[in-house]
Amino acid sequence: MVTKKEIKQSFFIALWFIVLTFPIMVIKINTIKHTVLFRWGNILWVGIAGFGASLVWNYFLRMKEEKKKTGVKDDIPVVHRLLQNEKFRNPFLAAVGVFFLAYPFIFPMYHTSIMITALVYVMLGLGLNIVVGLAGLLDLGYVAFYAVGAYAYALLNLHYGLSFWVVLPISAMLGAICGTMLGYPVLKLKGDYLAIVTLGFGEIIRIILENWDSFSNGPRGIPNIPAPSFFGYQFEQHASVVYIYFIVIALVLLTIFFVNRLENSRIGRAWIALRDDEIACQAMGIDKVKTKLTAFALGATWAALGGVVFAAKTSYINPMSFTIWESITILCVVVIGGMGSAIGVIAGALVLILVPEYLRAMAEYRMLVFGALQVIVMVFKPEGLIKSVRKTYKFEKVKE
Amino acid sequence: MRLFNIILGVAVTGILGFFGIKEVLADPAYFFALLLGGLTRGSIYALIALGYTMVYGIIELINFAHGEIYMIGAMTALIVSTVLGLWGWNSAVIVILAFVFAIFYSCAYGFTVEKIAYKPLRTAPRLSALISAIGMSLFLQNYVMLAQTPGFLPFESLIPDFEFWEPFADIITSVEMTIIATTVIVMILLGILIKFTRIGKAMRATAQDQIMASLVGINVNRVISTTFVVGSATAAIGGVLIACHVGQINFYIGFLAGLKAFIAAVLGGIGSIPGAVLGSLVLGISESLFTGYFWSEYEDVFAFVILVIILIFRPSGILGRNETSKV
Repeated sequence: MVTKKEIKQSFFIALWFIVLTFPIMVIKINTIKHTVLFRWGNILWVGIAGFGASLVWNYFLRMKEEKKKTGVKDDIPVVHRLLQNEKFRNPFLAAVGVFFLAYPFIFPMYHTSIMITALVYVMLGLGLNIVVGLAGLLDLGYVAFYAVGAYAYALLNLHYGLSFWVVLPISAMLGAICGTMLGYPVLKLKGDYLAIVTLGFGEIIRIILENWDSFSNGPRGIPNIPAPSFFGYQFEQHASVVYIYFIVIALVLLTIFFVNRLENSRIGRAWIALRDDEIACQAMGIDKVKTKLTAFALGATWAALGGVVFAAKTSYINPMSFTIWESITILCVVVIGGMGSAIGVIAGALVLILVPEYLRAMAEYRMLVFGALQVIVMVFKPEGLIKSVRKTYKFEKVKE
Repeated sequence: MRLFNIILGVAVTGILGFFGIKEVLADPAYFFALLLGGLTRGSIYALIALGYTMVYGIIELINFAHGEIYMIGAMTALIVSTVLGLWGWNSAVIVILAFVFAIFYSCAYGFTVEKIAYKPLRTAPRLSALISAIGMSLFLQNYVMLAQTPGFLPFESLIPDFEFWEPFADIITSVEMTIIATTVIVMILLGILIKFTRIGKAMRATAQDQIMASLVGINVNRVISTTFVVGSATAAIGGVLIACHVGQINFYIGFLAGLKAFIAAVLGGIGSIPGAVLGSLVLGISESLFTGYFWSEYEDVFAFVILVIILIFRPSGILGRNETSKV
């Protein structure tokens, strides 16, 4: 399998990595005490790791190339094939349902709490999937709408005493309005110009929240945001987490339902058409302005809903929760999961949020591993973990 | 619509110009200080933005890890100068070696990052390459943080106060002068490289059409690697210079600088080299004036507001070609 040539190549790659990492891995300076520490042992580790990684990397890269050459055309992901299979589908969905219903009662509160975060990201991912995956508009400022939702709940509750359930629809509306407001000026922009302007929009919102003290309480944030009540009844802390968990489950189901219906609707097909070819799409009589604006507005709606849940769950928000890294994480959820595919996005959210949480054991290395994983997944699965499959109609021969 | 835009533009410029001139006349020295500060800042942005715009011009990828390359350049310079300083080498030798090592290592990292994270994704959807770039950026940040330190490291300026610059030192420090001068020299060299050399010609050809370029015998992979190496070298120079200017670095400096430089590149029209320089200068100077005359806490907001305004009126940047897409 591994040829002599490859071993030789990997050896040189390992040498290259030793040279490459020398100043940063081996030398450690202390500029205050003015001392230098040489950690020669690290050379060995870098060499071994470089050699091994290079062998494995090249092997998998070659496998990928060969697979492309043999040309398996309809490589529909396993999950899709299983879900299309009637026999498997219902028991599977039932099992998933039972698992998620029983989850908060089986696992301790810490795990429930993490799962809530992951599920909020499922919502955010599905919302962003409308904008990026379906309509093909690269939005790097998605977190702004998340912030709008969270701050809407916090501020409306603080000043007017509105409850969670009243704010939920209000924030959805606010999100949609903000989405349209952002969408309108950027209608003409394409691709990366759009990306950087939306990124700017996200940062503007965050910096304003940070500096406009009298409005948002600045970087100190807003504490004591109440948890949602059940027809006026306020749960004690543990039950409240479980309650929020079920609210999120309901919202996620609602999101999945909506997104699914949207995808196969007139507007959903218009988004996909717009993504694939703008000019042809307009020639077919699709209103570009309206289609783009609905994508922004609907995408923002889910983000705002997610924001309300987030604020209710953590009971404290400040602008630090809404940095650009948050937008990037949500984008990663969509792309790593599989753009345009709802199942992919759900899987992406669960993997991307749960993995770093459970990697906390190796606390300081977790972001390093996370970054490396992003590169690895993209190199070997550029279309995401579970890629989207367009609905196709097949004509089967009638059996006589 | 067009007429409306022009009228609006003239009106805004007029109002700003009127108040601007009043302010400037009130205290010209302050104004020039801000202007020079902005020029320095813009020069640094330009050195980083060039890498972005060159890479974008060739493979249409926002190289998110570019800011990290710049940070690694500054880090390497700091490490080399500290070690050599402790060994008691001559300070002039240290300056030269620090620059050489910073450039070498930045180029090496740029080259390696391209080979690992972008080359296998040449034919993949563009967003996948973007995520891969983001992952690389995260990886490099954490790698430097873990291997060195998460805190700020003081960076003693490598550039001495030149004696011959003494008379002008009140207006502009010798570090600032060096930054502006270096930027100008790098721009000129880069212009020559791209306009007149063989590899520059190959770069332009590859930027226009990769498949055609490879058909006429250009080694596209090598051209792309060269582009990354050249871009990384300018970033390294920028990194060392800004570290001298600011006086401290940490593992995170690359991110914000990269973001600003990217804004500058887009502002000028991404893919265009004069555009990147112009965009950087516009951004640097207007930021400096804004923070000097208005609120400094909204500095970053202002950068984005300028970006949004310019892109609304010129959707592909100041010098970007307004491409009409054909079916």
